[in-house]
Amino acid sequence: MAPRKTERILNLTICLLVSGRYLPKSRIREAVEGYHNLTDAAFERTFERDKDELRSLGVPIEVGSFDPLFDDEPGYRILSSEFALPAIDLDAEEAAVVGVAARVWQHASMAESTRSALSKLRAAGVEPDTSQLASLEPSVQASEPGFDVLWNAVLDRARVSFSYRDGSPRTLEPWGLTSYKGRWYVIGRDIDRAATRMFKLSRMTSQPRRVSRAGAYLVPVDLDLRTLARALVPREPSETVLLAIRAGKAPALARRGEPATTDVKVPAGFAVYAVGFGDLHSAAEEVTQYAADVVVLEPAELRDFVVRGLTAVAESVGAA
Amino acid sequence: MRRLLSLVPYLREHDGVAMTQVAAAFGISLKTLREDLSVLWMCGMPGLTPGDLIDIDMDAVDGEGVIHLSNADYLTRPLRLSTDEALALVLALRTLREIAGPGKREVVDRAMKKLEAVAGNVPATDQASVAVTAARDDIQARVNDGLQRGKRLDLTYDVASRAETTRRLVDPLRVFVLEGYGYLEAWCYSADALRTFRLDRIAAVEVTPIDVAMHDVKLKDLSTGWWEALKDAPLVTLELQPWATWVAEYYPTESVSGRPGGGLIVSLHVTNPAWLRSLLLRLQGGARVLAPEGAGDSAAEAAREALDQYAVLLGSIVGTR
Repeated sequence: MAPRKTERILNLTICLLVSGRYLPKSRIREAVEGYHNLTDAAFERTFERDKDELRSLGVPIEVGSFDPLFDDEPGYRILSSEFALPAIDLDAEEAAVVGVAARVWQHASMAESTRSALSKLRAAGVEPDTSQLASLEPSVQASEPGFDVLWNAVLDRARVSFSYRDGSPRTLEPWGLTSYKGRWYVIGRDIDRAATRMFKLSRMTSQPRRVSRAGAYLVPVDLDLRTLARALVPREPSETVLLAIRAGKAPALARRGEPATTDVKVPAGFAVYAVGFGDLHSAAEEVTQYAADVVVLEPAELRDFVVRGLTAVAESVGAA
Repeated sequence: MRRLLSLVPYLREHDGVAMTQVAAAFGISLKTLREDLSVLWMCGMPGLTPGDLIDIDMDAVDGEGVIHLSNADYLTRPLRLSTDEALALVLALRTLREIAGPGKREVVDRAMKKLEAVAGNVPATDQASVAVTAARDDIQARVNDGLQRGKRLDLTYDVASRAETTRRLVDPLRVFVLEGYGYLEAWCYSADALRTFRLDRIAAVEVTPIDVAMHDVKLKDLSTGWWEALKDAPLVTLELQPWATWVAEYYPTESVSGRPGGGLIVSLHVTNPAWLRSLLLRLQGGARVLAPEGAGDSAAEAAREALDQYAVLLGSIVGTR
């Protein structure tokens, strides 16, 4: 921001903050030096823009009547009780984790938001010493191009539209964002389909656009993002399969299972385990990856899946 | 602008603070700080006679490099946290929580609670979440203990691409989260090199009484993601069936193009041939190697070996029934 503009907006803030009562525009124009050399029209425009800018920073500018006898002209004020960060008392350990958290976002505007939050906390007397936690480096990425638009739309409750990989245009009331395995998803109400839907940001084929004003809808009060997002997590094991695992191989699989017995003669050097999977399809994927180190004994259906998968690999993979 | 509103109460709290300390605290250069001060110097109470302006001792700023600010009694407190700031910080804390280990987790929870209390827009903090795949509690606790006290770790680790468990001694250097997974980066005595271990694949860990040694290594800057680390590895080009195109979203790719009749052609950097082998097997024929020639051979060979084994086994199953 140009220094003159910053100066003007800061003076406006101070002016509205110290007056304690509603000030009419004419009085503000006299009090803030940055408005002195402007024509009437330019002053109106500049004042509106400055107000918007302050509101976007979260500065609570109230509009009201400055004089009960002349209520036709609105006045403006900032209540310092609404403006100021309430007292916050973080102990040294709590301050340290907040200090680390401020470095987590690897995304320009989010990093700026956490930096600014930390500056406010520092100004409120929080002094993070992160040296004890220097070897912890959590990070959050958001490389999807639509992230900024959707983040702001969620905060402002504004509808967005975008096209999705299946080619269909979508209009969504976004309720929340969730990241799973490093990829972002937006959850909300799909207006055309009148249903709750989740979309993967990387599968959007157009940049999402805001198509409504802020506050255009209400988020369900009982929204539980984590429950909705659970659809992304592999299901709890519901199928138990019998596998023969070569000694020392596929350790994660063996550890997850229970030792078991079978009448089938398993190859030498193999041990039998009963292992749970969410469904046979994901079991087939995981087992196939171990090739000859894991053998499916039961059920026959899974064994057929795996044999078919192995046959496809044997025939197609290398043949260019 | 956001910064100036925090700078004033900060400077009031820290009378006579060094310029360098302020610049570090706000993450800005000395030059930017100096510019901020000259803007502040021009601001103040309406009226703008010298007595109404914020007063900064510019001689002290340019002389001793310290800041004395006065006459700003109306800006004793910073602006409250915006929804955006509160939510960004809470998400960051939740991410840290995943690798903080059981001991520090309480601290993170307390900090989050206090932040939500002052943010004043609590419902908003439920509008976003981040999941991290990390270690079991007991393992995380030991890894962090070794890290903090500088002790060598005895690590039992599942190497996914080799489908094997390995045992090794490592000197822990840092724990990080990148793209949804937690990792331990450590000097590995088996490899005699720097190695990265996925936390959820650590099967067991013991903290040894041995102090870690000094290692002359440069830890990677995480801000560029995996891309930097992978960019020198050889390229492999795959043809993906429509149902295998998740690969293009999941792994960093060098190039992606459509393929007539659906599916994709992708090029990706492959550091480890064993990784490619297990990917091809897992895709069950959904990927074909286009280049380099022979890159898919070991997967095909492994599949044939497994099929032979099934042939024997199926014979025996039929025989026993």
